[in-house]
Amino acid sequence: MKPRELFIAFWTIVVKEIRRFMRIWPQTLLPPAITMTLYFIIFGNLIGSRIGEMGGFDYMEYIVPGLIMMSVITNSYGNVVSSFYGTKFQRHVEELLVSPIPNWVILSGYVVGGVARGVGVGLIVTLLSLFFTDLQVHHLFVTISIVLMTSILFSLGGFINAIYANSFDDISIVPTFVLTPLTYLGGVFYSIQLLPEFWQGVSMLNPILYMVNTFRYGILGVSDINIVFAFSMLLAVIAVLFSYSLYLLQKGKGIRS
Amino acid sequence: MTAALSIRNLRKTYGNGFEALKGISLEVQQGDFFALLGPNGAGKSTTLGIVSSLVNKSSGDVEVFGHSLDTAHAQAKMCLGVVPQEFNFNQFEKVMDIVTTQAGYYGIPPRLARERAEYYLKKLGLWDKRNQVSRMLSGGMKRRLMIARALVHEPRVLILDEPTAGVDIELRRSMWAFLQEINRAGTTIILTTHYLEEAESLCRNIAIIDHGRIVKDTSVKALLQQLNTETFILDINPPQAALPALNGYQARLEDDHTLVVDVEKTQGLSRLFSELSSQRIEVQSMRNKANRLEELFVSLVDKNLTDEKNA
Ligand SMILES: Nc1ncnc2c1ncn2[C@@H]1O[C@H](COP(=O)(O)OP(=O)(O)OP(=O)(O)O)[C@@H](O)[C@H]1O
Ligand SMILES: [Mg+2]
Repeated sequence: MKPRELFIAFWTIVVKEIRRFMRIWPQTLLPPAITMTLYFIIFGNLIGSRIGEMGGFDYMEYIVPGLIMMSVITNSYGNVVSSFYGTKFQRHVEELLVSPIPNWVILSGYVVGGVARGVGVGLIVTLLSLFFTDLQVHHLFVTISIVLMTSILFSLGGFINAIYANSFDDISIVPTFVLTPLTYLGGVFYSIQLLPEFWQGVSMLNPILYMVNTFRYGILGVSDINIVFAFSMLLAVIAVLFSYSLYLLQKGKGIRS
Repeated sequence: MTAALSIRNLRKTYGNGFEALKGISLEVQQGDFFALLGPNGAGKSTTLGIVSSLVNKSSGDVEVFGHSLDTAHAQAKMCLGVVPQEFNFNQFEKVMDIVTTQAGYYGIPPRLARERAEYYLKKLGLWDKRNQVSRMLSGGMKRRLMIARALVHEPRVLILDEPTAGVDIELRRSMWAFLQEINRAGTTIILTTHYLEEAESLCRNIAIIDHGRIVKDTSVKALLQQLNTETFILDINPPQAALPALNGYQARLEDDHTLVVDVEKTQGLSRLFSELSSQRIEVQSMRNKANRLEELFVSLVDKNLTDEKNA
C-alpha cells in the first residue's frame, strides 16, 4: 500500500475506535467522571483538609495529578482490551485480516484509539478537578509527554491482554488484580517518603510510581523519583511491548487458526 | 494468462491435530464462475479461509492473480473480496459505516468510499437500511451486507462461502442474477454451495471436495455428460398389476400406475414410448427424477469414502 493509503487505513481504525467509545459513553466516559469527582470530594475536600500537607502541597493539589494519571491508565488499557477482544469475539477482526493493512498499522490504530480515550478521560478529569483546586502546569513538555507515553504503554498492554483473552473474564483479571493495586500503591495518594525504607525500596519496583511521579513533577515540580530514568524506562517498555504485539499479530495468535 | 486463483498442494492440520486438507490443488481461470462443492466438513471453508488469510496454512502455495500469499500478500489481498460463511461484522455498527470502514482498510478515500457504498448498497437493496444498526437486519440482508462490503474495493475475484444459505428462493434468484452480472462485467467468482442446482445453473467449472481431497475438478458440462443414465417417472394408464415387458430398459413399478425407468443416453425415449403404446399403455405425464447432479455427487462422495477405507 502507498503511504497515503496506509494513512487512510490507519485513520479509519482510529475513527472507528473513537466512534466506539463515544457511542457507549455511559460506559466509557461517564463512570470515570463520577468516580473521580467522588475522590475529589471525599479524599480532597473532606479527608484532605485534615491531612494537611503532602510533599509541601495541599493534599488536594497533591492527589489531583495522581488521579488524572490513574484515569489515563485505566481508560487506555480498558479501551483497547475491550475493543480488540470484542473485535475478536464478534469475528470482525476478519475484516482487518482480509484487507492489505500491515500489522503495524492495525496496532498503531488501536493504540491511538486507546490514547484518544485515555487522554480524553484525562482531560475530563482535569476539567473537573478545576472545581476543587487551581492547577498550574510546571513543565508543559514533561506533562504532555508523560501522559502520552503512559497512555501508549497501557494501550499496548491492553492489546496484548486482548490477544491472549479467551473470555470476558480474561479481560478484567489484569485490571483488577494487577493495575488497580499497582496504581493505588503507585504514589497516587501519598508520597513514598512516608513509608519505611524497606517499603520505599519495594515501591521503587512499581513502574506506575514512575509515571505518576513524573506527571506530578510536570504539574507541581516535585517528584519522588528520577525523571530521566522514568522516561528512558518508559521508552524501553513501549518498544518491547510494541514489538511483542507485532510478533503476536504476525503469528495470528488468537485470531487465525 | 495468469490464473485468478492457483492453489498447489495445500495442506492444513488444525491445532487439535485434525487434518482438514490433505494436499489440494486447484486452478480457477480469470473470468470463471467456479463452484467448490462438498458435504459438511469437507474442507471448503478451510480452503477459502486460507486463500483469504483467515486461516494459517500448514504447507502448499496459493497465488491470486500471480501474487503469492507468502511474498506479495498485500497485492493478493487487494485482488480478493471475501464473503464468509458466518456473519462477521460489528453487530453494533450501522450498515453504511460497516461498508465505508471496510473501504478505508483498503486505503480508499472517504468520499469515494461513500460513493461505492451507496452504489453497492443500492444494488443489493440495502440502501433504505443504511442507517440501521446491523444487528437489526434480517439474515438475508446480513448476507447481502457482507456482499456489499466485499465489493467495495472492486476486487477482481469474489469469494463467497455459501452465499445463499438461509436466503429465500426469490432473493436467491436475484442474488444469482447479481452475481452473473458482475461476472459478465469481468469479476471472477468462486463460491461454495450445498445446492447443486445453484452450481448447475450458475457455474462453468466445478470442483468437488471431500474429506480434504479434490475428488473431481471439471466443467459442469463435462460432469453432466458423465451421467449416462437418466431416471424417468411415468404416470401410466390403465393401472398395471405386473411390470410390463420393456425390451432393454431397466424398469420397476412403484405402484400400479407409476413406472420408473432408467434410460441410457444411447437408448433414447422414442422406443420406450412405442413399447408402451404397443401394449396399450398410455403415458399421462412424465418427469425426471430428483437432481441428476445430486446423484453423481453422492456417488462420487461415496466412492471417495470407500477408497479412503481401502487405503
Ligand atoms: N478451528 C478448527 N479447529 C479444528 N478443526 C476444525 C476447525 N475448523 C474446521 N475444522 C474441521 O475441519 C474440517 C473442515 O471444515 P470446513 O469448515 O472447512 O468444512 P466445510 O467444507 O466448509 O463444511 P460446511 O459445508 O459444513 O461449511 C471439519 O472436519 C471441521 O470439523
Ligand atoms: Mg463451510
